[in-house]
This record gives sequence, structure tokens and C-alpha cells, in this order.
Amino acid sequence: MPIVKLVSEYFGNEQAKDLAWYRQNGGYEAARKALFKMAPKQVTDEVVKSNLRGLGGAGFPTGKKWSFVPADDSKPKYLTVNADEAEPGTFKDRYILEWDPHRLIEGIIICAWAVGIHKAYIYIRGEYVRPFQILKAAVEEAYKEGILGERVLGQDFKLDLHIHRGAGAYICGEETGLLESLEGKKGWPRLKPPFPAIVGLFNCPTVINNVETLSHLRNIILKGGDWFADIGVDRNGGTRLFALSGRVKRPGVYELPMGTPMRELIYEHGGGIVGDRKLKAIIPGGASAPVLTADQVDIPMTFDELSKVGSMLGSAGIVVMDEEVCMVKAMQTIADFFAHESCGQCTPCRQGTGWVYRIVSRMLEGNGSVDDVATLMSAANNMSGTSICALSDGASMAYRGFLTRFPEEFEYHVKHGKCDVQEIRMAVA
Amino acid sequence: MSTQAFEFTPENLQEFRDILSRYPERRAALLPTLHLAQEQNGHISTEVEAYVAQIMELPIVDVREVVTFYSLYFRRPMGHHHIRVCMSIACMLGDCEGIRNHLRTRLGVAPGGVTADGKFSWEAIPDCLGACELAPMMQLDGEYYGNLTPEKVDEILDTADHADKRG
Repeated sequence: MPIVKLVSEYFGNEQAKDLAWYRQNGGYEAARKALFKMAPKQVTDEVVKSNLRGLGGAGFPTGKKWSFVPADDSKPKYLTVNADEAEPGTFKDRYILEWDPHRLIEGIIICAWAVGIHKAYIYIRGEYVRPFQILKAAVEEAYKEGILGERVLGQDFKLDLHIHRGAGAYICGEETGLLESLEGKKGWPRLKPPFPAIVGLFNCPTVINNVETLSHLRNIILKGGDWFADIGVDRNGGTRLFALSGRVKRPGVYELPMGTPMRELIYEHGGGIVGDRKLKAIIPGGASAPVLTADQVDIPMTFDELSKVGSMLGSAGIVVMDEEVCMVKAMQTIADFFAHESCGQCTPCRQGTGWVYRIVSRMLEGNGSVDDVATLMSAANNMSGTSICALSDGASMAYRGFLTRFPEEFEYHVKHGKCDVQEIRMAVA
Repeated sequence: MSTQAFEFTPENLQEFRDILSRYPERRAALLPTLHLAQEQNGHISTEVEAYVAQIMELPIVDVREVVTFYSLYFRRPMGHHHIRVCMSIACMLGDCEGIRNHLRTRLGVAPGGVTADGKFSWEAIPDCLGACELAPMMQLDGEYYGNLTPEKVDEILDTADHADKRG
């Protein structure tokens, strides 16, 4: 499938972050169309029709999410933009923030109009310093030109937009952890229900959408929901920014229609494997997505197809591993991440992530025992469905992916006290 | 311990008031206020905590809880330049361990440490910095640097060092 540039249209274009240039190229015309020619309900209807799904990773239909916000609630409503991109292997929102901040702001305006929101916050991870500066300049410019503020684009509609910097915690990408953090607390996820659409930020109805999701609204409003739906496949509308990394020749962000097979992304767009080595494993949707084997490379990348094979498209961060990569090492790296990022609220996650990391580490050091493989599996199983948020489930899925798809490598490590992937370049720590 | 040991400069006090105005609830200003305090002081000392607690109208323990939860707040003085080496999956595949080992040798201190001259501090972090296409990569102060080799790391550090001498 060809590269289709919808949200990546301006990647690499130094002028696009400049408001004047953006407007000269049709920028804010979609917001104008929504605010002056469409009732809020019509905007939501187009988004429902488009089959746009939440591109932060969960894939929840966007229009449906908006429709859960009660229309008759007397409390203020909020929009919170999730720019806390931190799933290992994911870097696509950074491109939007750095190259095309006005497309995001335009999406925010469209969403705010559709849902009746007058205050929005962009929660951006603290490490993204440059994207923050670019975004901040864009927001200030938008205020100055009357695109944000008391009368958005001259319409009798008020919208305030603030940027809120995180401070280094993966858990704040989880939507209720994000809300807690935005309220000035540690990012401990909340029990659901109530869902944020009903009780969210400051106990008010809140829409939480990802950067990429909102950035699609400009085109959906200008060209229609059907047009967008037609680009993708059944129930997975439009395109997706695939962030490709690992052992490929051309890592980067590629925008492709939903449903593009992984093979095409890796071999055509990504130029194939470094050193033309053999493909061994693919993580298809960030570190929480269970690893796939090389023979699964023809699976189309949609939320539904990847879920059928027990993995997920998640954040569409595709990490490619070749025959020289040790799966025990790969799992240890991911286990280190989850152990570091578990927020500590729920015991199975707090304890489980630490145990798994320590057991995999001792396997790598040559000190594993034959029972360790079963212990790992048992720890992973006990982390599934036993905690408040999905971090633990994600970690559990990721661990089980490695253990079930590459059992022989784990067995070799515990039996021989060393790695059978001899060529691996990594020194075992 | 005196709470007067730290206070915002007049400019930052104004900035603090701006921050407060963005939120319907005062507490929501805590993270940005801590960022501002760290910008001014370099790290969040107990004096800074006490000051922030006072102006935020919060118990100190609530501030401490937040400061210790988030990894970007430093609780001790760090180097003039701070380096974060990404050790996440894509960077592992790009041999970030080689970069980590090189930095350890070059800086002469373990991850988490500060060089004796106070110029550099560094961490090797398991959380992904969101720049996997640049693997192996690191962050020096605000900037991202990618496709690292030991030579390139030396160049980046030398440049930062020279800039200080000139500045």
C-alpha cells in the first residue's frame, strides 16, 4: 500500500509550524467549517462515520468516546490531550508536536466544539523539551491571532488551551494516571468506573484523546467521515503513523493505511533488516504488545487482526529484531522498563514486575534454575487482571509473549547458563 | 530548617501566579511550580520543598510525595549538564550498553553520579525517551542526540564543555 500523508503531510517541512504558512495552506479552515457551518452533533457524527479510533493505543472509537460525555451536565467539561508518549518503541506523536503543532491545535478546537468544551490541557511528557517549546510557541501564536481564547476564529465560542508538562512517569500516559498528575498528584490510576467521560479532570466530564487522533480531525472535517473510513479497512478507519525501529535499515515514522502488512512496512518502507540478516521477531505495538515470530510478518496491521493472534497494534511502535537478538535479553530490557515504571499502587504489579526482572536477569547472568521458566510464567499469569490499570496486564502480556513464542531460548539459558544466540553483540550485563 | 533559604525571584513569582491562573484548583499547579523551582535552584532541596508547600498551601509531605514519585525532579545537586542515556528496547538493539560503558569511562562516575568538577551528571534510564529511530540516543539537557558512537558522545560532551568555557 502506498504511503498516504494525512497527519504526516508536513513532516520535514520547516515552515509548517509557522501559523501564517499553516493558514496559507488551508490551515484552520476545517475548524472554521466546524464552528460556522456544522452543529456540534454533526461534527461528532462525521467522526463516528470515519471509524477513527484512539491512536494512543487502546483503539477505542473516538466518536463514541465523545458521545459518552453527558450533554446536560451543569459542570464544566474538559479536554485533555495525551501527549505523554512513553510506550517503548513509540515516537510518532513527537513528530506531530515538532513538525505540525497547529494541526493538533486545530483538532483540539474541532473536538472542543463537538463536545462543548471550553478548557483544554495538553499533557506532554517532561522529557519532550523541544516539542514543548514548539507547541508553546504555536499556542501563543494561536492566541494572538484569535484562534484560541474568548472568541475562537471570531465565533461566539470560548476555548482556553494550556500545556502541562509531566515530570517523568510512564504511568501518566494511562488516562486516569494522567488526570491525577494533572491535578498535581502522583500518577496513580483511578478505579473505573466512573469513566473520565463522566467523572474526569477536577471531577468533571472529560474527553482524553491522543495527539495523533486529534490531528486527523482537520482532514475528516474537510473531506468527510466516509472518505476517511474508505482509506482504512473495516472498523479501522484511515491511516496510522507507524513508528519503525530496531534492526531495520531505515527506522522512522511511516504513515500507511490501516491494514498494511508488517512485511511491507519492514521491507519496503524500512528498507529491510540491517545486514540483510534474517528476521526473528517483531513487537507490533510498543513494549506491552506480545512479540510475534517472523512467520507472522504478513499479518495486516489493524487493531482487530493483531488482537486475533493474541497481540495488539497498541501504539503502533514496531520494533524489529533479527536472528542475532537474544530473546531473553529483549525480555529483560522490557522487564527492566516495567519494573521501573510500575507506579506501586497494586501489589501484583509492584511485586510482579520486580520479580520478573530479577529472575530474567539471573537467567542472563547464567544463574537461572530450571524452575525459573515456570516461575516467570506463574508471575506473569498472576499479574493479569489483578490490578487497577492496564500496565500490569500489558507487562504480563509482553512477558508471556516471549515465554510462549521463544521457550527454547529460555530453556537453553537455564540449562546451559549461557546464550545460544552466539552472535549477539550485546554483552550480557 | 529555615523556609527562607529559597524563594522565587520576582520574575518567577509572577510566572507562578500565571501558572495558578491556568487551573480551577490550586493543587494542579504543583508540577509546573516544581519545574519552575528546579529551573531556578537546580534541584528540589528540602528548603525548596518547604517553600513550594507554603506557596501551594499544601502540607510538605504532599510535595515530597510528588517530588519522589517523578523521575525528572532531582533531590540533590546535579551536574551543570545532565545526560540521560536511553536503555529501552530499541536502544538496546542499537547497543546502548556500549554508549553507557563509554560514558562511565569518560565521566569516571557510575550512573546517577556527578563528575568531581560538577560539570556533568548522568543516568542510564530504562524508560524510553521516545526517539527510537535515533537509537542509540541520549538527552543532554533539553536536546536529543542520536545515532551515537563513542566518538560522537565525546564530541557532544566536548562541545558542551567548550561552550561553558566561552560563555
